[in-house]
Amino acid sequence: MSSKRATIHIDGQAHEVAAGRNLLEVALELGLDLPYFCWHPALGAVGACRQCAVTQYKDAQDPSGRVVMACMTPCGDGTRVATQDAASREMRQAVIEWLMTNHPHDCPVCAEGGNCHLQDMTVMTGQAYRRYRHAKRTHRNQDLGPFVAHEMNRCIACYRCVRYYRDYAGGEDLDVFGAHNNVFFGRAESGTLESHFAGNLVEVCPTGVFTDKPYGADYTRKWDLQQAPSLCNHCAVGCNTYPGERYGRIKRIENRYNEAVNGYFLCDRGRYGLAYSNEAGRPRQARGPQGPLRPAAAIERLAGLLDGRVAAVVGDRVSCESLYALRALLGAERVFRAAGPAQLALEDAQLQLLRVAPQVADLPRIENADCALLLGEDLLHSGARLGLALRQMTRQRGFAAAAQAHVPTWQDQSVRLVAQQQRSPLHIATPARTGLDEVAATQTRATPRELARLGWAIAHALDPQQPAPAALEPALQQVAERIAADLRAAQRPLLLTGAACAEPALYAATAAIAQALVACGAEAPAVAAVPAAANSVGRALFGGAGLQDLAAQVEAGRIDNLIVLEHDLAADLGEAGLQRWCEQLQKLVVFDALPGPTWEAATLALPVATIFEAEGTLVNYAGRAQRHFAVHPPAGDARASWIWLCGVAEARGQSLGPTLDALLQGLAEAEPALAGLRDAAPASDAGGLNAVPRQPHRYSGRTAMHAHQDMHEPRPPIDLDTALGYTMEGAQGPGRDTPPALRTAHWAPGWNSPQAINKFQQEIGGALRGGPAGCLLPLAEGSRAAAQTLGAGPPEAEDTLRLLPLPDLFADDALAGRSPAIQARQQGGAALRLHPRTAERLGLATASRVRIEVDGEQRERPLTLCADLAAQCVGANLARCGLPAAWAGRPVRLRAEGGA
Amino acid sequence: MSQKISPPDKPLTDRIRPEHAPFDVAEYERAGGYQALRRALRTMAPQEVVALVKDANLRGRGGAGFPTGVKWGLVPHGPDAPKHKYLIANGDEMEPGTFKDRLLLEGDPHQFIEAMIVAAYAIQADVGYLFLRGEYHLAAQRVQRAIEEARGRGYLGRNIKGSGFDFELHLHTSAGRYICGEETALISALEGKRAVPRAKPPFPTVAGLFGRPTVVNNVETLCNVPHIVNYGADWYRGLSRTDNGGTKLYGVSGRVCHPGAWELPMGSSAREIIDEHAGGMRAGLRLRGFLPGGASTDFLTAAQLDVAMDYDAVAKAGSRMGTGTIIVLDDQTSVVAMVRNLEHFFAQESCGWCTPCRDGIPWAEKVLDDLVHGRGRPGDLELLEQQTRLLGPGRTFCAHAPGAMEPLQSALQHWRGDFEAGIAPAAAAPAIAGPATPEAPRPLSEVLETTPMGPVGEGGR
Repeated sequence: MSSKRATIHIDGQAHEVAAGRNLLEVALELGLDLPYFCWHPALGAVGACRQCAVTQYKDAQDPSGRVVMACMTPCGDGTRVATQDAASREMRQAVIEWLMTNHPHDCPVCAEGGNCHLQDMTVMTGQAYRRYRHAKRTHRNQDLGPFVAHEMNRCIACYRCVRYYRDYAGGEDLDVFGAHNNVFFGRAESGTLESHFAGNLVEVCPTGVFTDKPYGADYTRKWDLQQAPSLCNHCAVGCNTYPGERYGRIKRIENRYNEAVNGYFLCDRGRYGLAYSNEAGRPRQARGPQGPLRPAAAIERLAGLLDGRVAAVVGDRVSCESLYALRALLGAERVFRAAGPAQLALEDAQLQLLRVAPQVADLPRIENADCALLLGEDLLHSGARLGLALRQMTRQRGFAAAAQAHVPTWQDQSVRLVAQQQRSPLHIATPARTGLDEVAATQTRATPRELARLGWAIAHALDPQQPAPAALEPALQQVAERIAADLRAAQRPLLLTGAACAEPALYAATAAIAQALVACGAEAPAVAAVPAAANSVGRALFGGAGLQDLAAQVEAGRIDNLIVLEHDLAADLGEAGLQRWCEQLQKLVVFDALPGPTWEAATLALPVATIFEAEGTLVNYAGRAQRHFAVHPPAGDARASWIWLCGVAEARGQSLGPTLDALLQGLAEAEPALAGLRDAAPASDAGGLNAVPRQPHRYSGRTAMHAHQDMHEPRPPIDLDTALGYTMEGAQGPGRDTPPALRTAHWAPGWNSPQAINKFQQEIGGALRGGPAGCLLPLAEGSRAAAQTLGAGPPEAEDTLRLLPLPDLFADDALAGRSPAIQARQQGGAALRLHPRTAERLGLATASRVRIEVDGEQRERPLTLCADLAAQCVGANLARCGLPAAWAGRPVRLRAEGGA
Repeated sequence: MSQKISPPDKPLTDRIRPEHAPFDVAEYERAGGYQALRRALRTMAPQEVVALVKDANLRGRGGAGFPTGVKWGLVPHGPDAPKHKYLIANGDEMEPGTFKDRLLLEGDPHQFIEAMIVAAYAIQADVGYLFLRGEYHLAAQRVQRAIEEARGRGYLGRNIKGSGFDFELHLHTSAGRYICGEETALISALEGKRAVPRAKPPFPTVAGLFGRPTVVNNVETLCNVPHIVNYGADWYRGLSRTDNGGTKLYGVSGRVCHPGAWELPMGSSAREIIDEHAGGMRAGLRLRGFLPGGASTDFLTAAQLDVAMDYDAVAKAGSRMGTGTIIVLDDQTSVVAMVRNLEHFFAQESCGWCTPCRDGIPWAEKVLDDLVHGRGRPGDLELLEQQTRLLGPGRTFCAHAPGAMEPLQSALQHWRGDFEAGIAPAAAAPAIAGPATPEAPRPLSEVLETTPMGPVGEGGR
């Protein structure tokens, strides 16, 4: 909070530090090793475990001092402590000895072993001998669902799990039961953890109580995992990850701290959606009409197809490298985006919003906002990590109240005591109930179109220059005025929207509010929107027409050869539609990592590496370009699309690569505005002569792990594209100034668990040493951007009924949905939802199955009534209901089953 | 209003008639009840009541002995003070051997209610709670009934007796944890949360129940207040034989002739309390030591029987006055078993929040249990001594574990031989477990030589 400095003395050494922060954080920042358990940088200090004991002296003359907890002791000028004196060392060792009285010492069979904060702290305190000779208490474990395994006997009762799960993430189904040395952390009864962020328990727990269940079933010790900095591509947030590989399989995903994107936490889709990469049925060889092709032959064949009337269509997860390579080969006008008209409008609206936003809302700006409007988007499903951040934003008022009472922000228990129910205003205006409603100041339910009109009403209330929506309901008008007043009064206002409702008008309304706030002299808001996919923004930056235009050309017979880049066309066209296209086309070239109808239909199919096997750059929701690196080389002939395409270019005498550096340099020269894509991570020469090792220095069995296949030790793969190497040689750890974008692990001597991240931050919970990973593209034009021309539309006719897509964290992402663990979380939700009033009006109040009709197509589906849903729409999760994505936002007709 | 009543010597128990129902509201009024309330509301400003209680040198009877008036003075007063403030009476009397608050609540519930209202007026609290030990069924019944009577007479509710002062009083019976006697844990429990103590600061007087300024006072402490208002600070201080004002409810349990509780001048000696009021030891038993203030205080020995039972004198003698209820140790009772029992209680009642208390006390209990059964090992006494030091004040989150260590550390100090007797002769030590004292790790070569498989790397195929 305050920027006041203080001189403190630790073990006789003077340090100048920020005043008011706690001694534990400060000591860790200074590089000292002080053990702790209950403190967590995102959860604050509560003084429960007593592990960070130090001796505090009144002054230089105080001979004995007294033992205090570093985490509960604020740094003031002249604070004088010792960490290496006998009294505090004895205390810290005793705490480990106590904790261990009931710990089973089962490290050899524990999945946490080697990744365990308890092991690290035990070694750090020097507590090596067990004096306790009595019985240990035991617990019954619970089945907590597909993600998290439970072994309560290992518990050391640091209370972090419940503080994270309940206090931080808002979950209610995990708690602490019992008392004294029989406290139990779990659910009231066995059952799947309900939180979207349950997997973080694995990293929050300092020992092996909560471990990664799928990883445990396909287990490798941490020190045998090969890692590289990677990204989650299951939504547009772009969380940074550390996938770990062994024997050609991705074993698990751990969080990779990035202060601007994901901080300490991931959502469960991101952590558990990895299984597709390990599928046995993945294509490993290129295929022509006559069967398998060697890579050179496939490249030659593709090179020969480019001279004809050729077009390409690209998916929304395709890396910028591949997008650029394709454009360079074909010309921009021949690359189409695999997006229907609505999706295309949304993608362009996303870009437009980034351009006009006064500032883009990254993670800290979301968490630190003091007033927020969430317009339309159910963030906990569509951009889950941001939803978790938004929940933290509501605590700002409590922090302010605590500061007034002289309680520092890190004093978690006291902050909550002072704050009580005071929350910063979060206004939620969505078509259906969200998981954040309980902490919101207002909850408004309306159709997406009506919510956009609400947005315009807010803009108009702030700045009369903005057009007012006609005939807005008085209740909505009232809400608009309240929201406008809160936004105007805020110091750090925040506006959030997204693409999940398939309503571009929400973007225009959000932009209008942002401009109105600036115009009325209020604080400039931070703005963010969540587009559909991991590289929606990147794809929009490269531009291109959509599927509608492509379909017109294909059906008019103006295209002979079509290249499909990492996209399943059958999902858009249906299998029959795909068949019709195939009849029109001479050649269908498909690049994909997974088999599917489009892959099967291809006349030339090229196997592609997954995100874990390739380098690439994605642009997240905020316009941040981030690079992912291959964790391991792909098996067989699979490779990144851009590598295939560079090969094709070479075969045609065109120079695109061949290395990633060369490709990106070409991109930066061809598209100077997108040069930031090159700068997302340092080039391959960044490490100097030494590659950054992907393997830990304790990596074992390198010479023997393939002996069952070949007695000879295989030559390690050579990586010419990056500064990383498939090696265990070379230093890792905080002493080495590896840029964050290239760090393959956060490890420091004595720190083997994820807690090692403390050693890599400039300030606990703040920026990484060596600057941020990734690079914000200079998209913002701020107030210089052209004024919005779109105004608020009229209200929808009362009898119009639209299909409202309801996002679902576990159902919406097809890639993640291939994980058995994710599938196990897909329960229910296969019914259409209707507000009871709407059902009454349509005469469907008692119907349990209905016929839904869009654009002349009909399906029969179950129906449930749901009062916490906007009227005038039919809610459905399209994936779970098995409805085409293109139906999102379309007008529908509903009839009772069997009705004419 | 005032029929003049001569000041009693034993104000707290003056109206209590053992074996009889307590005074109802009318009887209580006839006996001079609710006069202090009228006097305070009509003639005194809230701050004057606070000053009076400070002047009377009333100290908290719950165990810590903190000056009550000072605590009240820490509550924000005046026009800028928060709108809601709370007064909580701590009646969660779970200290082993302690039953004084029960006596007051069962014997004279209206005295308690009047005290609550006057105290609430002093700190300008608008809501009060009695946090009562769950097992005190009779007290709960009588207090509840008295609350209703008092409400019926306009002593509770809005605009009490036309004074403009509003106060509502609620009875809350505890779900039963010793730690609820710790004021911040009590507040957590009252809020419906786990009974876990809170970090201080902020202190409850600033941010307590539901984040509002809150005073938590022991029941006995509060019951003194009406009398101080009635008869003044000088009178109150004069009741005491020492500097700590007033009378005190002393109790005695253990193998004495007449265990019980008595209201006596503050500073009465332990010898007087045990010999005169409790009738001395039973036939054939000699007093070996005593816990002066409940289970969580240090033992004093027979040689210290003349200590004046007040906060300062007992502290000087090396223990704490605590609740003033004495537990007597006789010469035929095993001190090791007694301490084991006490540590069992404290281990069970740890809330489980901080490590030393949660895991340290049970360890001490288990070692003591071994000593009781003659299974002790060399080093056990040193281990226990280390625990008493490491579970001391400041090391743990609250005062529970330091209190739990007081009888143990003092018993070890006074009667070490009794503990040593529990250590098994070396030959009888069970063979299955490892040594009780750390030994240097053996060199790897030695381990390998004695491994049945033979040294690794030799004798292979």
